[in-house]
Amino acid sequence: MSEALVLSLDHVYSGYSDGVGPFGKKQRQEVLHDVTFDVRHGEILGLVGESGTGKSTLARTILGLVKPDRGTVTHYTKRPQMIFQDPYSSLNPFYSVEWTLEEPLRVYGKYDRVERKRRVREMLERVELPEECLRAKPSELSGGQRQRVSIAAALIRRPRFLIADEPVSALDVTIQAQILDLLRSLRRELDLSYLFISHDLNVVYQLCDRVLVMKSGRIVEQGTVDEIFDHPKEEYTKQLLAAAE
Amino acid sequence: MRKRNGFLTAGLILTGLLAALILLGFFWTPWDPNAMAAGPKFEGPSLAHWMGTDNFGRDIFSRVLKGAGATASIALATLAIGVVCGCLVGALTGYFGGPVDEILMRLNDALTAFPSILLALVVISILEPGKKINVILALGLVFIPSFARVSRTAFASLRDVNHIKSARLMGAPAARILAVHMLPNTLPVLLPALTIGFNNAVLAEASMSFLGIGVTPPDASLGYMLSEAQGMLFAAPWYAAGTGLVIVLMVFSVGLIGEGLRRRDRGVL
Repeated sequence: MSEALVLSLDHVYSGYSDGVGPFGKKQRQEVLHDVTFDVRHGEILGLVGESGTGKSTLARTILGLVKPDRGTVTHYTKRPQMIFQDPYSSLNPFYSVEWTLEEPLRVYGKYDRVERKRRVREMLERVELPEECLRAKPSELSGGQRQRVSIAAALIRRPRFLIADEPVSALDVTIQAQILDLLRSLRRELDLSYLFISHDLNVVYQLCDRVLVMKSGRIVEQGTVDEIFDHPKEEYTKQLLAAAE
Repeated sequence: MRKRNGFLTAGLILTGLLAALILLGFFWTPWDPNAMAAGPKFEGPSLAHWMGTDNFGRDIFSRVLKGAGATASIALATLAIGVVCGCLVGALTGYFGGPVDEILMRLNDALTAFPSILLALVVISILEPGKKINVILALGLVFIPSFARVSRTAFASLRDVNHIKSARLMGAPAARILAVHMLPNTLPVLLPALTIGFNNAVLAEASMSFLGIGVTPPDASLGYMLSEAQGMLFAAPWYAAGTGLVIVLMVFSVGLIGEGLRRRDRGVL
């Protein structure tokens, strides 16, 4: 693994606002406390922790949807893309798969129609979907197919860094394995790095190179998969592992 | 197999027939609608005069065709103003939230607080009564708040859906997200609201003209004709009946479409 970085977070504190009053007086809820870590080029970094620990807030902060209160988020690549847990709400139900895949390229505006269509077909092949899918609406696809479309749409502008927020937890086990295989082979082919958010330690063990363990908005432990799974140091990590047995 | 949607089919057929008749009325009517003594005065419905004649011997069916055209075009224009402005307000407030939302929606509340006919009356008297365009402007303004509210809810509920987040992440400009990514998904909510809006507009125009603050002669709308018919309710009951029937038919057929749309969405989603 090379030492180049794709992302680093340096003492990041972040949260969200809620309870907006009539004149916009906001209550700030701090969720992330002093989060520091790097994502290295080419690696799959797992992020585990029970629900409500701020995993999604972390993703939103990295993507710039939430501004950090303190600390810095540094991107060393183009803007990352994201794939979501729920394959039902991540595709616009009104449009065909072809439209959804072409849209990021249309927004980018650098390619003509022919080139866009070519790239759409190429990406469809990469995510192993048949060409008939192009005309389909999301409602006509299975959960696994939808997730493949989401992945294709996220990757079509060739980002180098992808955030996957529980991308397989809504799918059944055989489909899970297929999507994980796909993510692995896409990493090789397209030179990608992932931040893979999951509460499923088995999935993380199968896929990831390194793991961050998060609890109540703090990174309590980080290390390679072998270190974390075989020699956990923190009590919390041990509990998580015990719960996953 | 898709279940048949009787409401939608019936509504579309009825509305289509009415629309065809109204369109025809713009170019051709069996008699000149304003010709006095097209037939004998106060004659009941007959083969020559389907809805009879009025106190001047004018053919009521011809007048109803013209009047329905006026009413429908005023209603459609009113609806267009209400929907376009309302959707714009709803999209901005629903999507961005914050101070824009607060200011526009409080203005909206203020408009809603007035009884709609009263508000239209005020606007009309500020502008100039009796002109078709002013009736449209006044009613259009009255119709903005309800569409703003409906579309605001629709846009707000879409704001945090994943595919909209994806659109933001890919760098799509806000205008594109609103118009291309979100607007089509608000249609299941917006279309039934449109049919209700059309019906309310027809009724609002009719009541305003009935009260004499809407369309005035020589133009005729259904509401104006209804107020005319009131004066000869006993001499020519077919006048009121014919005019009223057309208003009811218009509202009923479009209402059927609205109900059909609602049922279809419930069935599919």
